[in-house]
Amino acid sequence: MDPKASLPEPGAAREPPPAPAGPLSWIRRSLFSSVPSALATLLLAAALFRALPAAVGWLFTGAVWAPDYEACRRLEYRAACWGFVAEKHRLVLFGRYPWAEQWRPLVATLLVVAALAASAHPRCWRRWLLPAWAGVLAAFFLLVRGGALGLSYVEPGLWGGLPLTVLLTLVGVSASIPLGVVLALGRRSRLPVARGAAALYIEMARGVPLITVLFVASFLFPLLLPQGLRLDVLARVAIGITLFQAAYMAEVVRGGLQGLPKGQTEAAASLGLGWWQTQRRVVLPQALVLVIPSFVNSLLSTFMDTSLVTVVSMYDLTGALRLALGDPQWRNFFIEGYLFVGAVYFVCCLAMSRYSHWLERRLGRWARRPEASAA
Amino acid sequence: MSEPIIQFVGVNKWYGRFHVLKDVDLEVAAGERIVICGPSGSGKSTLIRCINRLEDHQQGRIVVDGVELTEEVKSIERIRREVGMVFQQFNLFPHLTVLENVALAPAWVLRLPRDEAEARAIQQLTRVRIADQAMKHPGQLSGGQQQRVAIARALCMQPRIMLFDEPTSALDPEMVKEVLDVMLELAGQGMTMVVVTHEMGFARSVADRVVFMDEGRIVEQNPPREFFANPRNERTRDFLGKILPR
Repeated sequence: MDPKASLPEPGAAREPPPAPAGPLSWIRRSLFSSVPSALATLLLAAALFRALPAAVGWLFTGAVWAPDYEACRRLEYRAACWGFVAEKHRLVLFGRYPWAEQWRPLVATLLVVAALAASAHPRCWRRWLLPAWAGVLAAFFLLVRGGALGLSYVEPGLWGGLPLTVLLTLVGVSASIPLGVVLALGRRSRLPVARGAAALYIEMARGVPLITVLFVASFLFPLLLPQGLRLDVLARVAIGITLFQAAYMAEVVRGGLQGLPKGQTEAAASLGLGWWQTQRRVVLPQALVLVIPSFVNSLLSTFMDTSLVTVVSMYDLTGALRLALGDPQWRNFFIEGYLFVGAVYFVCCLAMSRYSHWLERRLGRWARRPEASAA
Repeated sequence: MSEPIIQFVGVNKWYGRFHVLKDVDLEVAAGERIVICGPSGSGKSTLIRCINRLEDHQQGRIVVDGVELTEEVKSIERIRREVGMVFQQFNLFPHLTVLENVALAPAWVLRLPRDEAEARAIQQLTRVRIADQAMKHPGQLSGGQQQRVAIARALCMQPRIMLFDEPTSALDPEMVKEVLDVMLELAGQGMTMVVVTHEMGFARSVADRVVFMDEGRIVEQNPPREFFANPRNERTRDFLGKILPR
């Protein structure tokens, strides 16, 4: 046998020394690494120890779960009355939508959520996705609006709760992104007219509060429409949110465009690509990945901002909660109501935020690799 | 001599009030290999970037392949199809694979079907000996490999002229040779090349003519043997004295 075979190569790679492992070492390193750190740990632990049993008691063990008003009253607020949520959850989730027909917005919303989940993976980003989404939205409207296939007609003014929140967010974000891209490209265009128009629009839209936009969309806009043309309030509000949000999206996209080195457009130009091809094939695919975090920021804020539609008598999730609290018997249990609605918002936002982190890492894989040479 | 493929006549250019190119006259014949050198800030990169109009000029005429460079977008795009360019910083598209980088322009500028564009890309990648990395992203390659991909990308449009703007200046020393070897081969195949570089070895062995620039002017141009053995201008001697090993 070759005696050299067992000798390590000079400079051969070795395993790193084992990192300290085990829960004890973790506790020491993370919680008691210094005196201030140890003090903070102890203080927080003491606070938690005092507060936790009370919180658990109020939230869970002492709480009334059944929609039993008498039982809730006897609690005298010493514990949560989830009975309110049990009693009113359908009103909170679906607003003023006719009681017997509420399965329709439920199915429609589940359909949209399923479509969102299916299109979350880049593997599904194919040409068929756009028509598929058009189909999903058509199905959503058909189900919720009715008036066909034996479904009774429900006017958009009655739509409410979570389906309304989801619909407005979805339409607002998905329509405002392309609009924002166009505005951002316009603002960086070499054509003075395009640049001026885009800048003017962006600055004006950003200079107006959303609530004003909603009032205009709801009350002023119908007066401006030509005779005989009518848009229902939902469409007007969706358009208002889209136009408002597009200005913010434009600035987000512009940030991404500015983050690209000039060499990218120069290389594209030197190959003979025209302006549109350069934007479409080289600039936007990189810029849009760069701004995913800001996109999600806008998505979350639109999701919350939809609650402003209550000012024009539409009842989204928070608006519908206020409807539910209008019942004099239950009106004192607003804390439970807001906790419930808050939990719904939180779960949705957490999901979106985690997804964006994942997507950013996945799409940005090419960006995170270190440049192999001086750059 | 036949009609020059690149012709500069009395070209002047300013950046704001800064006069970068001063009365530049230059003619390049088809198949000729030109090396442009000079101290930094002498306008050599600006000069080469005027050839495919990444920079515009304010005075004089630039004619490339029979077409005068003006504001007109169509003629600019036509020229850019005929002129390939390689940059100091490679400028590969990081979101695309190597293959997609090279096939992009044939697919979208020449409107070739996808498989045809990719076949062409593979052919050019083979030419620069990097076809085995076709499915990787540029960020996974070394600097020398990236620059060879950039050369393949430019070649894929089958240009009549290749411009190189300091193609080895951003490379680690051990990678310079692999890029120069590819450029040498290209020169051997009769490509018209305009190269801005400090690689005087390359100039000596490949160039038909070395152009020396200083402060926006072409100070001296001569075949390399003459240029290196017998520099006429004081500034040329000064420059060569600084960069050539004694």
